Amino acid sequence: MLLAKEIQTAAYLFASILFILSLSGLSSQESAKRGVLYGIVGMIVAIVATVLGQGVEGHVYIIGAIAIASVIGIMLARKVEMTAMPQLVAILHSFVGLAAVLVGFGSYLDPNTQSLTGAEHNIHLVEVFVGIFIGAITFTGSIIAWGKLDGKVPSKPWSFKGLQTMNLILLLACTVLGVFFCNAHGTEGMLYLLIMTAIASFIGVVLVMAIGGGDMPVVVSMLNSYSGWAAAAAGFMLGNDLLIVTGALVGSSGAILSMHMCHAMNRSFFSVIFASASLAPKGGEKKAMEGEVTALNHEEVAALLKEAKSIVIVPGYGMAVAKAQYPIFEMVQTLRKANKNVRFAIHPVAGRLPGHMNVLLAEANVPYDIVLEMDEINDDMPNTDVVMVIGANDVVNPAAQDDPGCSIYGMPVIEAWKAEKVIIMKRSMSAGYSGEDNPLFYKPNSEMLYGDAKVSVEKILSFLK
Amino acid sequence: MKVGIPAEIFPNELRVAATPKTVKRLQKQGFEVYIQQGAGVKANFSDKEFEEAGAKIVKTAAEIYGNSDIVLKVKEPSTAEVAMMKEGLVLLSYLWPAQNQDLLKVLADKKVNAVAMDSIPRISRAQKMDVLSSMANIAGYRAVIEGSFHFGRFLNGQITAAGKVEPAKVLVIGAGVAGLASIGAANSLGAIVRAFDTRKEVAEQIESMGAQFLTVEIEEDGATASGYSKEMSKEFIEAEMKLFLEQAKEVDIVITTAQIPGRPAPKLWLDYHVQAMKPGSVIVDLAASTGGNCAFTKNGEIFTTENGVTIVGKLNQLPNQASQLYGNNLCHLLDDMGKAEKFKIDMDDAVVSRAMVTYNGKINWPPAPLQVSPTAGGGAKKVAPPTAEEQKVADDAKAKKAAVSTFIALAVVGILLLMVGAFAPPAFIQHFTVFVLAVFVGWQVISNVSHSLHTPLMAVTNAISGIIVVGGLLQTKNDATNIMTIIASIAILIASINIVGGFVVTHRMLKMFKK
Repeated sequence: MLLAKEIQTAAYLFASILFILSLSGLSSQESAKRGVLYGIVGMIVAIVATVLGQGVEGHVYIIGAIAIASVIGIMLARKVEMTAMPQLVAILHSFVGLAAVLVGFGSYLDPNTQSLTGAEHNIHLVEVFVGIFIGAITFTGSIIAWGKLDGKVPSKPWSFKGLQTMNLILLLACTVLGVFFCNAHGTEGMLYLLIMTAIASFIGVVLVMAIGGGDMPVVVSMLNSYSGWAAAAAGFMLGNDLLIVTGALVGSSGAILSMHMCHAMNRSFFSVIFASASLAPKGGEKKAMEGEVTALNHEEVAALLKEAKSIVIVPGYGMAVAKAQYPIFEMVQTLRKANKNVRFAIHPVAGRLPGHMNVLLAEANVPYDIVLEMDEINDDMPNTDVVMVIGANDVVNPAAQDDPGCSIYGMPVIEAWKAEKVIIMKRSMSAGYSGEDNPLFYKPNSEMLYGDAKVSVEKILSFLK
Repeated sequence: MKVGIPAEIFPNELRVAATPKTVKRLQKQGFEVYIQQGAGVKANFSDKEFEEAGAKIVKTAAEIYGNSDIVLKVKEPSTAEVAMMKEGLVLLSYLWPAQNQDLLKVLADKKVNAVAMDSIPRISRAQKMDVLSSMANIAGYRAVIEGSFHFGRFLNGQITAAGKVEPAKVLVIGAGVAGLASIGAANSLGAIVRAFDTRKEVAEQIESMGAQFLTVEIEEDGATASGYSKEMSKEFIEAEMKLFLEQAKEVDIVITTAQIPGRPAPKLWLDYHVQAMKPGSVIVDLAASTGGNCAFTKNGEIFTTENGVTIVGKLNQLPNQASQLYGNNLCHLLDDMGKAEKFKIDMDDAVVSRAMVTYNGKINWPPAPLQVSPTAGGGAKKVAPPTAEEQKVADDAKAKKAAVSTFIALAVVGILLLMVGAFAPPAFIQHFTVFVLAVFVGWQVISNVSHSLHTPLMAVTNAISGIIVVGGLLQTKNDATNIMTIIASIAILIASINIVGGFVVTHRMLKMFKK
């Protein structure tokens, strides 16, 4: 049974609508599950409509590949720990990038497309070229992002003077190669295409290497955007509207997500992507640290919590690393039973993935109505008795507000220091991801509690009970 | 290192420089602690408690002064006490160096390194060892308790079966640490609290503690770089006196806390103010020891005037609480000086060098001035916020600029589109239309997503971008040896992993979110 071209187009339209509904469903908690369902249905419709369409061959291989992939995909997704979610998302992005590269090469080798002539032929070649370029950058960039998130690649920004110039030269080289490629006959342009792929892969590596760990949430969402553009480019070369629509949807939504996050960090989109801001602070003398760091033990912290009426917990990446979300919620429940107002404050860029903290807290069954965003909680800070900062650093750094010499100056932060007492749970005195020292630790109302977040919370819990 | 704590010999001094709790802390810092027999009795700490905390009890003061490396004390030492001290001893005590020049000389001659706890500079870093603040806090609290004790009524308003009770009105003059503590205590007892201070910057602090800030209609700020207030102009004082007279007729309890370091306290509550007050009213004068803010105050006495106003010139020190806080202040200072192991007198340290009034046989007083007040000191960096009008002008300019650049951008986009239309084949134009519209849809759809859903959203868009699988599907051939089939199969494989993995993991995540 083969579907007529018209019916296939209608099915594609239906799939596109489902994808749009899927994305819009994801914008609120209530409709999110439905959103995923729309996405799954849309994907099934799209694949079935394509496979049943005219001119598709090799069904055996198609079904085989999809079956194997489904098993692998389900296993991956089931096994992954919520703390490792950023790594998984990053590596999945690289798959899309690689697929886009492969589809590009396939399209170039496809005898059907070689019969094109004139402007159509040229446009097709440009499409192939651009598609592979974006795909290759997405592929290697995502792998580096995965390595950084997984701790396999050092998270410090790796950069040098003239990095931008080099990238520009490489880009120019690709353009020149593109011109040669378009003028080549038959599949003679293969060599140019391969060189360009190598260069694009290299650009992907360098781009992400130069971005610091603190900016990772932006990078991941940016790569997400790239993977969308890669799919759209593939759509152009294959003349497939579904690919174009879906790719463009993902591309633009990823881009706006990145911009949202840059906004939350008070950084310009370009300064994050081209890593220029992490090299030079925006001038001004760095303030010297004043005051002294004082530490408490677990029993004293428990005593403070017993006395407090209103408690705010600010989690950060340290909580994810220590997998402390379960004991934290147990502690929160104990405190709430004692009629204390306990809430969570989440900074938009806490963690290594946008919304990372929310996912972890949800995993530990924390009800989402006590999990508040930075803007919702900042006004309440002066009336808060105790703020517990668990494995967070830059997002509670007061220097972002009052020290123009600091590299994160201007980034909105959770104003923990306005509370009566701040307890900072940390493994050591080391600086945060941004590399900035944190004056909060030196404030007279701050107390440190050193040690692994999970162990510490469990100890506090034992004193609370 | 040995730390010794003698009993206080001054009869009215009830405090002691260590408590069982701080003894434990001192040992944690690495010190051996010796305490004179009966040192804590007046503050309700028994020798037994000290012994249990790990201190060794010593019979005489001479043993303390003769054997210790560091001596902790409350009241400045008498000549007899100084005579017992060994050379090189480090003494931490109240000394009031400005008033006790002779004492400094004796200490210097004895080569005692004396730290005047009352001269710790009042900067934020040193707050935890600032005994003036911790003692003032107690005095402020106690002033309200003492005042309400002598005042024959409730402080809070009540409506009872037996009739209505008006709340008491409390006026606090001077909003330093003591004044703010008074405001807090009076407020929590339910009184209506008003407060006056010549420094405009404290208005916010007064209001935050729950009192109404009173002010005069003259523009003059009493703030100085030292954190204390300066003496004001004649006009200002006249206006102030007039304000006080109005208040005197209304308020029930007046608590005065105004002191100027090294000088007699200013007279703020004069004879006619006292006479204007209602019978039964109370004045608590916290500046009694330096002459009093009220004209009639007698230091160390409580008496009632002819028109029935009780004036309190003496306060119980709450010795138990005060000893605890004072002891903590001392521990913090010793912490700062390197604890037992690395104990060091660092004359480059801003805090130690200013409080160390005698060092190596020399008098080190008065120290160089230090800027304290937050507005006067840290003002260099602050830029005045733009006025509303400037802001509006700037905003307008910005809006205009934005409009112009949007217009230019649109024009460029339009021209580019025209060029594409002129050269590209129709199929491309059709795809291009779809593409651009889809970009806008994506943009709009995602604009108002909540932060908490960013991760699931990204996982879903990631799964959806697996649509690239369609590309592979269209390219497979029936021939397995064809290079295209191989490439396409790999593309299908990895894109499908992405699709399935992405959806499953999103589903897993969303299942966890619950209200």
